[in-house]
Amino acid sequence: MFEPISFHSAIHLLIVLVFPPLLLGVINRTKAKFGGRRGQPVLQSYYDLAKLMQKDCVFSDTTSWVFRFGPVVGLVTAIVAAMIVPLGHSSAPLSFTGDLIMFAYVLALGRFFTMAAALDTGSAFEGMGAAREATFAVLAEPVLFLGLLVLARTSGSLKMSDMLGDGAASGWSTAAAPMLLIVAAWFVVTLVENCRIPFDDPNTHLELTMIHEVMVLDHSGPTLGLIVYAAAVKLFVFAGLIVKLVLPFGSGSALVDWILFLIGTLLVAVVIGTIESVMGRLKMSEIPKLLIGAGVVSLFAVILLLSNQ
Amino acid sequence: MSSTELVFSAIVLSAASGWPAVLLPPRMRLGQWIAVVMNVIGCGLGLAGVWSFLQSRASEPVRWQSPLAGFELSFALDGLSAFFLVPVLLVCALASIYSLQYWPHVARGVAEESAANARRVSLLLGMMTAAMVWLVFARDGIGFLFGWEVMAVSAFFLVAAEDQYLETRKAAWLYIAASHFATLCAFGVFGLLYSQTGSMAYATLPTSTSTAAIAIAVLALVGFGTKAGLMPMHVWLPGAHAAAPSHVSAVMSGVMIKMGVYGIFRVASFFPEIPLSWGVITLVVGTVSAILGVAFAIGQHDIKRLLAYHSIENIGIIAMGLGVALIGRAMHQPAWVLLGSCGSLLHVWNHALFKSLLFFGAGSVVHSTGSRDLDIMGGLSRHMPATASCFLIGSVAICGLPPLNGFVSELLIYLALFGTIQLPPGTASASLTSTAAFAAPGLALVGALAVACFVKVYGIVFLGAARSEQASKAHESGGAMTGPMFVLAGLCVLIGVAPMLFAPILQSATSTWVAADADMAASMAELKLAALAPLATVSVMAAILLIGIGAGTFFLMWHVRLSPTADTWGCGYAAPSATMQYTSSSFAQWLVDLFGWALRPKVHRLRIDTLFPKDAAFESHVDDTVLEQVVGPMTRLVRWLFGLSRYLQQGSLQAYLLYILVIVIGLMLWTSRA
Repeated sequence: MFEPISFHSAIHLLIVLVFPPLLLGVINRTKAKFGGRRGQPVLQSYYDLAKLMQKDCVFSDTTSWVFRFGPVVGLVTAIVAAMIVPLGHSSAPLSFTGDLIMFAYVLALGRFFTMAAALDTGSAFEGMGAAREATFAVLAEPVLFLGLLVLARTSGSLKMSDMLGDGAASGWSTAAAPMLLIVAAWFVVTLVENCRIPFDDPNTHLELTMIHEVMVLDHSGPTLGLIVYAAAVKLFVFAGLIVKLVLPFGSGSALVDWILFLIGTLLVAVVIGTIESVMGRLKMSEIPKLLIGAGVVSLFAVILLLSNQ
Repeated sequence: MSSTELVFSAIVLSAASGWPAVLLPPRMRLGQWIAVVMNVIGCGLGLAGVWSFLQSRASEPVRWQSPLAGFELSFALDGLSAFFLVPVLLVCALASIYSLQYWPHVARGVAEESAANARRVSLLLGMMTAAMVWLVFARDGIGFLFGWEVMAVSAFFLVAAEDQYLETRKAAWLYIAASHFATLCAFGVFGLLYSQTGSMAYATLPTSTSTAAIAIAVLALVGFGTKAGLMPMHVWLPGAHAAAPSHVSAVMSGVMIKMGVYGIFRVASFFPEIPLSWGVITLVVGTVSAILGVAFAIGQHDIKRLLAYHSIENIGIIAMGLGVALIGRAMHQPAWVLLGSCGSLLHVWNHALFKSLLFFGAGSVVHSTGSRDLDIMGGLSRHMPATASCFLIGSVAICGLPPLNGFVSELLIYLALFGTIQLPPGTASASLTSTAAFAAPGLALVGALAVACFVKVYGIVFLGAARSEQASKAHESGGAMTGPMFVLAGLCVLIGVAPMLFAPILQSATSTWVAADADMAASMAELKLAALAPLATVSVMAAILLIGIGAGTFFLMWHVRLSPTADTWGCGYAAPSATMQYTSSSFAQWLVDLFGWALRPKVHRLRIDTLFPKDAAFESHVDDTVLEQVVGPMTRLVRWLFGLSRYLQQGSLQAYLLYILVIVIGLMLWTSRA
C-alpha cells in the first residue's frame, strides 16, 4: 500500500508542519525591499500564529457549526495534500496509484468547506468572496489536470512521487517544450490557488477588493490562526510542485536534496514577492482571460506532446 | 424460495400495493399504510432475491409460452440485471416510506381532489416499481418493452400529479413525448435484433459492422440516451423532475433514468466487438452532457430544476465511463474496460443514492417553506438540523469529494482516462485514442463546477439568515421523511469508506456485459479491480481524513469553549438586513456569464432613467437552450406543415364527395394498369 513509515516520512511531516510560515515571511520581506523599507522580521508569521492561538474567538450569531468546522477541514486537507506530494528527497509518505486525483480533490474538499463557512456568516462580503473563489477554481482545475496528463505520459505512472521525480526528469530530456509550458501554466495556478497578485491582493483590507481575505473576514483568534496556517501549508505545497517540476534531479544524499528543495521554495517565494511588487491586481474582468490563457497554454502543451511521438 | 421466485413476488406485491388504497375511502390513512407496507415488503423480498442470486450465482430462467402470437417470454437474473435491481428496489422502498408524510392521503387545501391525487400517486408508484423490476428482470425484447411502457406511462401520471398547474401539465406533455420517442427507438432496436438473430431474446449479434448493427447502436444511444437524459435529448428532464412530487422526482432521477443506462449497457452486450468510433462518440456525448448539464444547473434558482440538471451531468459522467470502457474494448485494453465500466456502474449506484438523498432533502425544504425558489430561503439549518446534515452529506458526495462515495467512482473513471494517454505511441490508432484523455480535464471542470453549484445551494438554503418570512418559520420534517435520508446518507458514507466491499459485484456486472467478446472476457478473467484501483488505500485515506478532521474539531472546540458572540462584521454598517446577503443568481452570475454562449440567460429589468428614486425590478432566469432554440422552432415548423393540410378541410359535403370520386377513379385506373 504505502511506502513503509520511515524516517523520511517523519522528516517530511515535520518540515510540512514547521517550514511553511517562513515562506510568508520571505514574501513580505521581498515586498518590503522593493518598497525601500526594512520590513517585518522573516519569522513574523510564527509570532502572529502564536499570538492568534492565544486569543479568544468571537463568533457571529448568524453562524452555525459549519463556520467552526470550515477552518479545521481547510487545515487537515492542506496537510493531507502535503503528505501526498513528494517534497525534498524521497517519495511522499502517502503515495499510491491515482494519488494525483486524491490530491486535487482533497484540496477541493477544503475549498468546499471554506466557501460554505463564508456563506454561513450571512454577509454580502463573504458571499462575494465565495462566488469569486468558486469561479477561479472552475478555471484553474482543468489547467492542473492538463499538466498532470503531460507528466503521466512522460513518467508512465500515476503516482505523484514518480511523476514529479523520474517523470519530470525524463520529461525535460524528451519533451522539454511541453514541460516549459506546463511550468508556466502551473505557476499561474499557484498564484490563483494561493490568492496572490495578480488574482487577489493579500494586503488590501478593503472588502470589495479581497477574495480570500474577505472569505475569512469574520474569523478571529484560533480559527483565524488555523486559516493562516493552512494557507501557508498550501503555498508550500504548490511552491514544492514548481520546484520538483523545474529541478527533478536528485543528488545521492538526502540532506543535500532537502536543503536544495527548501532553498528552491524560498526562491519561488522571492519570485512571488517580486511579482507582487511590480504588478497590481488585475481588473476583475481580465482575470478569466488570464486563466483561460493558462488553460490554452497547457492544452497546447498536451497537443505538442501527443504530436511529437 | 429461489431468487427468481423472490423477484417475481416483489413485482406482484409492488404492483398490487396501491390497489387497496384506491378501493378504500379517500381519507382513510389505512390505505396508504397498506400500500407502503406492501411496497416495502415487496422491495425487501426483491433484495433478498438479489442477495441469494449473488451467493449462488445461478438463476433458473423462467419461460412463459404465449398461447396467442406464438412468442415466448423469459426472465432470469444475471450479473448486470442484479446490479441494476439493487438501486431500483432500495430507492423505491425509501420513497414509499417518505410519501407517508410528504404526500399523505388526507385533505390538503383542496379537499377531495388532493385525496384522489394521493391515492393515484401511491398506486402508480407501486406500478412503476413493479414495471422497473420487470424490465430489468426480462431476458427478451417483448418483456423489456412491456415493462418499459408501463414504467413510462405511470411516470407520466406521476409527473402530472398536481395537474392543476399549467407548468406541470406542460412538463408532463413534454415528458411523454420524449419518452415515446425513446420507446420508438427501443422498438427499432429489438425489431432489428429480431431481423438479425431470428428472435427477440437477448443474443449476440453475428457481426458489429453490418448496417443493421450500426443502426442498432445508433438507435440505442439516441433512444436510451433520451430516457437517460443525455444531451441534446435532455429537454424533458428539467421540467418533469421539477414538476413531479419530490419523492417521485427522487425515484425518476435516481432510478428511472438509470433504466436508460441499463438499456445502453444491455445493447452493448449484444455486440461481439466494438469499433473505436462508438467509444469515442459515447465519450464525447458524455463529456458534453456533463459540462453543459452542470453549467445549466448553476444558472437555476428553482431547487428541483437545479437538481434535475445535475442528473444530466451525472448521466454524462456515467456515459464517459462507458465510453472509455468501449474504447478499451476496441483497443484490446482490459484494464480500461474494467476501470471504465466499474466506474460507470458504481456511479449508477452512487448517483441513485445521493440524488435521491438530495431530492428527499429538497422535498423536506419545499414541504416546510412551501416554495421551490432558492432566493427566499436561508438559515434553514437552524430549524431543520437533520435535513441540513443529510443534505450536506449529499452535496459533498455529489461533488465527488473524498471521503464519500462520489470520489470512488470518479477515481475509477479518471484512472481509465489517464490510462489512455499512456498508450505507447506506435500502437494503431494511438493518436485518436490518446485524445480521449482530454476528457480528464473535462471531468475536473465538471467537478469544480459541481462544487461551485452545491456550495451555492447548501449555503443559500441552509446557511446564513432567512431571506423571507416563510424561511424563518420553517420546521423540521418528521421521522418518515428524515429516516430515508439518514439511510441514504449512511450508504454514501459506507461506499466512500469501504469501496472494496462492492468490487465483486461490479466485476461480475462488467464480465456479464463483456461476455459476448470472448477474447476480452478471457483477458479480464485474470484481472482484479482491487489490483488496478487503490480501493484499500482509498479506505485508509478516508479514515485518515475523518480522524484528522475529528481530532481537529475536538481540539478546536476544547480550545474555544466559552466564546463571546456578536453580529457578523459588516464593515461597521449600521443596519444590516438578511436581504443584503448573496442570492443564488448573484453567486452564480460570473459563471453564468462565462457560459453565456450556451446558457443565454434572460434578464428583465425595469430601469430608472429619471432623476428621482422609484421602484425598480430585476429578474433573470436561464431557460433550456436546446428546448428554446431547437425543439421549439422544430415543433412550430411541423405544426405549420401539418396546418397546410387544413386546406383540404373545406367543410362542405360536395368537396368531400369530389375527393372520394377522384380517389376511386384513380384507384380503378391504377389497378387496371397493373
